[in-house]
Amino acid sequence: MATLSVPKRSTFNELFYSGLTKIPDGERVRTCLQCGTCSGVCPFGYLMDHPPGKMIAALRAGVIERALQGDTLWMCVSCYACTQVCPSKIPLTPGLMTKAKEELMLAGNIPSELQDALENTHRYGNPLGESPRRRAMWTRGVEPPVRIMSQVQRPLETLWFVGDYASYHPRVQLVSVAFAQVLNALGVDYAILGTEENSDGDSQRLAGERGLFEMLAEKNGRAFGKYSFNEIITTDPHAYNALKNEYPALGISYPVRHYTQFLAERIDQLKPLLRRDVKAQVTFHDPCYLGRANGEYDAPRLLLQSIPGVKLVEMSHHKETSLCCGGGGGGMWLDGFSWEKAHVRLSEWRVREAVNAEASVLAVACSYEAPRFEDAVKMVEKARRLVVRDIAELLAESIGG
Amino acid sequence: MNILVIVKMVPDLVEELAVDPDGKGLDPDWVRWKPNEFDDHAIEQAILIKERHGAQVTVVIPDMDGAEDAMYAAAARGADRLVKLRGDFTGSANNHALARALGKYLPELQPDLLLTGVQAHNDLDGSLGPLLAEFMGLPYLGYVAGVHLQGDKANVRKEHPGGVVAEMEINLPAVLGIQAAEQAPRYVAFSRIRQAMKTAAIEEQEIPHLDISGAAEVSLMKQVESGERAEMFAGDPDQVADRIVAVMRDHGIL
Repeated sequence: MATLSVPKRSTFNELFYSGLTKIPDGERVRTCLQCGTCSGVCPFGYLMDHPPGKMIAALRAGVIERALQGDTLWMCVSCYACTQVCPSKIPLTPGLMTKAKEELMLAGNIPSELQDALENTHRYGNPLGESPRRRAMWTRGVEPPVRIMSQVQRPLETLWFVGDYASYHPRVQLVSVAFAQVLNALGVDYAILGTEENSDGDSQRLAGERGLFEMLAEKNGRAFGKYSFNEIITTDPHAYNALKNEYPALGISYPVRHYTQFLAERIDQLKPLLRRDVKAQVTFHDPCYLGRANGEYDAPRLLLQSIPGVKLVEMSHHKETSLCCGGGGGGMWLDGFSWEKAHVRLSEWRVREAVNAEASVLAVACSYEAPRFEDAVKMVEKARRLVVRDIAELLAESIGG
Repeated sequence: MNILVIVKMVPDLVEELAVDPDGKGLDPDWVRWKPNEFDDHAIEQAILIKERHGAQVTVVIPDMDGAEDAMYAAAARGADRLVKLRGDFTGSANNHALARALGKYLPELQPDLLLTGVQAHNDLDGSLGPLLAEFMGLPYLGYVAGVHLQGDKANVRKEHPGGVVAEMEINLPAVLGIQAAEQAPRYVAFSRIRQAMKTAAIEEQEIPHLDISGAAEVSLMKQVESGERAEMFAGDPDQVADRIVAVMRDHGIL
């Protein structure tokens, strides 16, 4: 095993290193081969002063401070591409890159767009800066009504954690309504938290705001604790990741599944309900936090293939090699900053791949993606006829009214 | 150097506002309070002065929902002393009442410089800075976007309309109405705010009586009513565009 020699002269370097070794598998950073695969596979590695491999080199040289200067580290979209390919299995995304962003955050080196989103999250419990009192407004007019936990007053099977964009973003609200229709068709006994729900905080955490994440987790944990239910489901892979992998360490532990997993398990019950043809050549974009971060590639594809009329085609990057939409790790709140730096958008790259796969529908399963890809469709030539649909919307369409 | 920053809590416009039953003010039950944005810049300016020249920064906020959060955030950014004014500020209390009360209390803190936001969106009876200067018998400069200390004077960058900037000298102590700090208010990580919650002490100052006299009285407050002159154009985009062009022609815009 290769060893890391940590020079004594830099206390900050030592602290950074010891902080890194405290996270699960963090000490694997010792085994870095300096192969550079991480920096090469990173969608924005070419723009970073210190992509992951070079950052580890700086850490070994005792000059991690150098890697934390400037602002190019904010191009990291926490997409797990580096972590996926690392031959030494170093937790680059959850460990190295997140720790580095935490240091930037503590030093106050943070783009103003991101600052706004974090301040909104702190103040309103959501990064969009919307009123927390209006978190369940999307349910207005939905029939049968979406029930709120505080009004149900009995034990329930399923708590649906809706999430920020699915609650507030006008485009993603349509997905929430579609998913409610699917749940109703299946006769699922469910409710949502309504105004008691706060942001899951996962993307804020990956943008370096660990303290804010913990505060949000505690609030959500207190809300969960008030009610009796068997499991949590969510349409948002970021919420899924937080609830599955991060909340338990804070003492908030519930069985949780992404909605595609929940529905795939009920496929025998769901299939007879899918009566209408959805004539489309569909390609599926694996969300980073469903796919690479949590290893779920089959459930969304099983659902798509169960819809009559759907022909599933794959893009050149799919499953483990899927491309990030650009919204992860704080990227959702850094669009202007990223454009200034890169003059390209990851979402447009992805839409071009969907066009090349001759898809008529780009299917998604993450609350960040429908608006990001629909914006990209407007910018990409030959993409004008590409339609972006969440899997929940395609299912609801096939079930019919 | 003692710098006092006076922060006003104002209704958060993220929430819909409701008029209270007597029709003379906002219904406080529906109001979410937040620190006035200009006052946030005043805090930042005070911290910048502290970092440049050395100073003790005291933040003074009326006791309302959200005031403590604002104080801890200020402490995390570098404020040294936090004072909460206890009294009934949610009802009819206006800037005259606040300035009059502060005029009595603040001299105890022996300020060399008082900063506050140049305005707030709920200033119905004039902004706080000039009123405070009047009640304390101090000079005032507003629309300030930069402060440098020179002995017992301050060199102040004052913004005028039309992109004109004046550099002015003012004797201390003085009250400054801050338009913008020299840099945008900094971000402090939530872990730092949480630390401040554990370590920072909040002092309390009783404000037993609020005298609202001297200000114009609100006789009626109501929601804006929609006018009847608006005409909605229906039809497909081409038809609507034709209508818009026709209307613009009629009015001599095209």
